[in-house]
Amino acid sequence: MSKDVASGRRWGLWGVLAGALALLALLAVGMTRDPRELPSVLIGKPWPDMVLPQLNNTAPDGAPIGPAQWRGKPRLVNLWASWCGTCREEHPVLLDLAETLRAKGRADQLIGLNYKDQPADANAWLNNLGNPFSTVIVDANGRLGIELGVYGAPETFIVDAKGVIVWKHIGALTPEVVANEIMPRLEERS
Amino acid sequence: MIGELGQILLIIALVAAVVQAWGGLVARPQPRLVTVAAVWQALGILGAIVLLGVAFVNNDFSLSYVAQNSHRTLPLIYRIAAVWGGHEGSMLLWLAALSVWSLFALRGLRRHDLSYAARTLGMLGVVGASVGAFVLFTSNPFARLLPAAEEGMSLNPMLQDPGMAMHPPLLYLGYVGTAVPFAMTLAALWGGAPAGWTRWVRPYTAVALALLSFGIALGSWWAYYVLGWGGWWFWDPVENASLMPWLALAALLHVQIARDQHGRFPYWTATLSVGAFVLALLGTFLVRSGVLTSVHAFASDPRRGSVMLALIAAALFGSLALVAKNGERLRSERQSRAPALLSRDTALAVNNLLLVAACGCVLLGTLYPLIMDALQLGKLSVGPPYFDAVMTPVLLPVLFLLMPAIWINWSRDRGSDLLCRLRPTLIAVLIGVFVLPFVLAHVYGQVYPLVVIALLGAVGVIVSTLHWAWRRLRSGGLGAAGTGMVIAHLGVAAFVVGVAMVKGYGLEHDVHMQPGGTHQLGGCSLVFDRMGEREGPNYTAQTGHFTLTCGDGAARPLVTEKRNYVNFGMPMTESAIDWGLTRDIYVALGSPDEPADAGAWSVRVQYKPFVRWIWIGVVLMALGALSAAAAARFRRTVPHADRQAAVPSSTSVEIQA
Repeated sequence: MSKDVASGRRWGLWGVLAGALALLALLAVGMTRDPRELPSVLIGKPWPDMVLPQLNNTAPDGAPIGPAQWRGKPRLVNLWASWCGTCREEHPVLLDLAETLRAKGRADQLIGLNYKDQPADANAWLNNLGNPFSTVIVDANGRLGIELGVYGAPETFIVDAKGVIVWKHIGALTPEVVANEIMPRLEERS
Repeated sequence: MIGELGQILLIIALVAAVVQAWGGLVARPQPRLVTVAAVWQALGILGAIVLLGVAFVNNDFSLSYVAQNSHRTLPLIYRIAAVWGGHEGSMLLWLAALSVWSLFALRGLRRHDLSYAARTLGMLGVVGASVGAFVLFTSNPFARLLPAAEEGMSLNPMLQDPGMAMHPPLLYLGYVGTAVPFAMTLAALWGGAPAGWTRWVRPYTAVALALLSFGIALGSWWAYYVLGWGGWWFWDPVENASLMPWLALAALLHVQIARDQHGRFPYWTATLSVGAFVLALLGTFLVRSGVLTSVHAFASDPRRGSVMLALIAAALFGSLALVAKNGERLRSERQSRAPALLSRDTALAVNNLLLVAACGCVLLGTLYPLIMDALQLGKLSVGPPYFDAVMTPVLLPVLFLLMPAIWINWSRDRGSDLLCRLRPTLIAVLIGVFVLPFVLAHVYGQVYPLVVIALLGAVGVIVSTLHWAWRRLRSGGLGAAGTGMVIAHLGVAAFVVGVAMVKGYGLEHDVHMQPGGTHQLGGCSLVFDRMGEREGPNYTAQTGHFTLTCGDGAARPLVTEKRNYVNFGMPMTESAIDWGLTRDIYVALGSPDEPADAGAWSVRVQYKPFVRWIWIGVVLMALGALSAAAAARFRRTVPHADRQAAVPSSTSVEIQA
């Protein structure tokens, strides 16, 4: 085999090596990013104006409640359901957050959104695992979920004092997300 | 007890894999040791899978994996299929596929050359040990859940389907089959190989391609009737992950003929062997690390991703280093004069170029969102418009190349002779140019140029292939390899017909229907009779009863379901399909219209001309590959022509003409 072919092959090898390194670097960087972290088109839009009933055990009257009642301070709305395994996973994080907020006297910032669930199952869940929410509204047929473009439970939203959605998270909350993303936004005053 | 026993079996398998790797790769390979180790590895892995199956059958929710993927109400067959319903179990299935392939490679190769068989098994042992350690340390299916769960979380309802139960084993057997050509190439680089190895590797490539085809066809068929969208391919990252090794294997299978019979493309063949395996690993990485969102993606775990990435890096750099050091060992023993421009060799090179270009396009489209995200250029997704636009111009030439390719002689050919041999094909295509547009216009009312071009290609391939088969039969028979080629190429034509017709003439109607309402589509009338209810073993279903009447035919009942499974909020659609060779009528329930008590539903009704041909085509390609793998000459010990070169196992004799 001639020298040209051999040197051509050597260049080929270096080329493949460079390509392989680039691919591996890309995949390594890609792993540090979360594909579920989507910029939502909802950000900057007002929370859908929909009045929904409350889950019976959180308020004695159980009166329907809408975004108008939440004005004045930022609220965190957590979408959950008793059939959702990941919600069980994130529940301790929500309980911790509720504890922190209660210590500051702002427990009413935490609102639950029970999604496509049976009231009995939802109540059993809160009785067994603890209830972090000041209010739980019920979206039994998923209409609000459609308005919000819900992928699946759990999802978490922050609505500011004027009723505008400022943040959205898909999937389970973690203590890091609570510390870095949620707490600063809940502190904000308008 | 089962958990601990499974754990021990996995450890035994891991140790056996290490022994197998050592025994095969030492300077003097130890065939007996390697054989014993391979058998122990297989026993360990298969035993572990059986034990996991027993745990599922017995509803042993003290195993975390069982609790996450099963439920008491789950029917027995799906409790068994749930073994590979999640990450841990499917990695175990990966290992099982590897040990099955290892045993077959051992059985096939030891008849030819004991020390080469041992070296190949040594390389497979390295793969087995790496993936085995990955399973044991980052994804142990036998991890305990203390205290045990009262009830499992059940299997994803999308996977509760007979097609889906079989899809992963077939797909994994195909995926992992790429490890055999990879290991045989690396074994040749590591310690040299007898001249016949380029022939012995061919059946493994063919069988891997066949199994991968079956697996992909099953997944596509499942997506068609379960997801309720009526599509057959969605360019989902994970579908792409299985398509890339398929394209690489298809290219490899073809170039191996030139490598084996004429000593051409030695380095390219090796590159493809390594590439197919790395793409299969990349597929596993994409599915398991969660870097891309997909219907298949499971919870992402950075630790698993990093280990998979390390495995890919090891496979890439290890084989690169071997090529750099011992590249000469790949060189062909028999190399004749450079081929002329018009020759089968050129046709094969173009075929490979196009298939690899297609593979590259899929890779680019799949990784593009990742590239953009990594460079902080925003989030985006790449969908069917990109793939349709890019794949058509790359794959249509493959179709047209197929017509002359089988008629061109090796090394050199004369254009006038070739034209003479192609005369019936050209006449058929010419007739098609005039007849097809009229037929299409008459039957469907519209003519699309791209559909006509694709159909012309398919017609040309069918005529050319059958003509070739007829000529071969008259002059002494096709043989298993020839039969395989004819079947597979006819499969390509059938596949193209299906794709072109569905793309061109498929109809999708999203309609609102009241009970008693009628909808007209593709010459048929669909009547919505009533809604009903049904109790399944672990779901409740709302059933939509329809009656379909087509032309003169009798009325056929169609029942489509909306199922709510235990433990899952999302309802699943079971579509109702009235199928035929030339068209499917596809009915799927959407959702009830508001107000719900009015009884109206949104219904998706689709007309899919020739859609069955897509899967028939893929199955034909798979059967063709199986037939080619069965060719007798692959099993013959030391082919006559190679006998001389085969005696000193690691020398390469070069004959320069």
